[in-house]
Amino acid sequence: MTTPEDTPERLLDDHAGPLVRPYVMTRGRIQPVRGKFDLITQVIATGPVPTAEVGLGPEHLAIMRLCQDVMSVAEITGHLNLPVSTVRVLLGDLLERGYVAIQEPEPEADITDIRIYEAVLNGLRAL
Amino acid sequence: MDSVRSDRAAGRPKLPTAVKIVIAGGFGVGKTTMVGTVSETTPLRTEEILTDRGVGVDDTSGVEAKDTTTVAMDFGRITIRKDLVLYLFGTPGQERFWFMWDEVSRGALGAVVLADTRRLADCFPSVDYFERRKVPFVVAVNCFDGAKRYSLDEIKMALNLHGDVPVMLCDARDLKSCKQVLIEMVQHAMSQRMLVKS
Ligand SMILES: Nc1nc2c(ncn2[C@@H]2O[C@H](COP(=O)(O)OP(=O)(O)OP(=O)(O)O)[C@@H](O)[C@H]2O)c(=O)[nH]1
Ligand SMILES: [Mg+2]
Repeated sequence: MTTPEDTPERLLDDHAGPLVRPYVMTRGRIQPVRGKFDLITQVIATGPVPTAEVGLGPEHLAIMRLCQDVMSVAEITGHLNLPVSTVRVLLGDLLERGYVAIQEPEPEADITDIRIYEAVLNGLRAL
Repeated sequence: MDSVRSDRAAGRPKLPTAVKIVIAGGFGVGKTTMVGTVSETTPLRTEEILTDRGVGVDDTSGVEAKDTTTVAMDFGRITIRKDLVLYLFGTPGQERFWFMWDEVSRGALGAVVLADTRRLADCFPSVDYFERRKVPFVVAVNCFDGAKRYSLDEIKMALNLHGDVPVMLCDARDLKSCKQVLIEMVQHAMSQRMLVKS
């Protein structure tokens, strides 16, 4: 439950309530322009953190910093201390502009792949 | 994650496949404890803000909305292989936040329902939920100190479970115990899914 020094919250007005902040970050949008973003979707930045790129807010940049290493949507929300719906919108912006690449989880129908179960079992036994 | 970096340099990034397991059960039954015991990293918390209008920060009136609730889920991770990551999500304590349960159960390998024999009925909503949604699950009875011990058969009877749902004792604070629960859960889920498939 760590809060990195540079979380977007610190960059924003303290008087704005918990609801206002996410609202401002996404400029009122509730749906990402691209991508579904399951909680366990894997995300990675396709390049270094852009400097002063037009149209990217501090929260977009914070995500770019985190995703220099591959990370799930849930982990991004946890590290940035932002609601899931807000992070989804921000990620949609980044995906749209090619700043991140994603790997969606196996669809429900495909988790009948026995190899996944076997791999998980082996991993758990090795814990 | 050197592997990912170098793959990325080579062209298309090759990202790990992610799978998840849900840890459910009543209030204070040890969900967060179990997630923390098995997670390789300090568990994190993911949150969603609810308004009286539903999920998230919808239209402009959301700014003034006063009836907001934050629903939080703890989660941890286990790197199975460099290309396979397992996440464990503890459901929110209050069962009324079904949409979070839906979100986290969709596509899950399966679920662990934690139960406390002193308050067995607290796990009924979880059991009902996973039965209805056909998510494979096991029941792990968390052995709180001083709790009256029942036999597994007595517990199984009290829960009125279908015959093939595994029920086992556990201690959410103990890695070996949690590991055993998760292994049994995955084995059970595997046999269930393969049954469905064939
Ligand atoms: N004796 C004993 N205590 C436990 C065990 N598991 C959890 N506890 C304790 O029970 C309390 C509640 O555990 P949590 O892990 O917070 O329970 P939870 O299900 O996440 O609770 P909520 O999220 O509030 O519903 C904590 O004080 C734990 O230390 C167990 O196996 N044995
Ligand atoms: Mg908890």
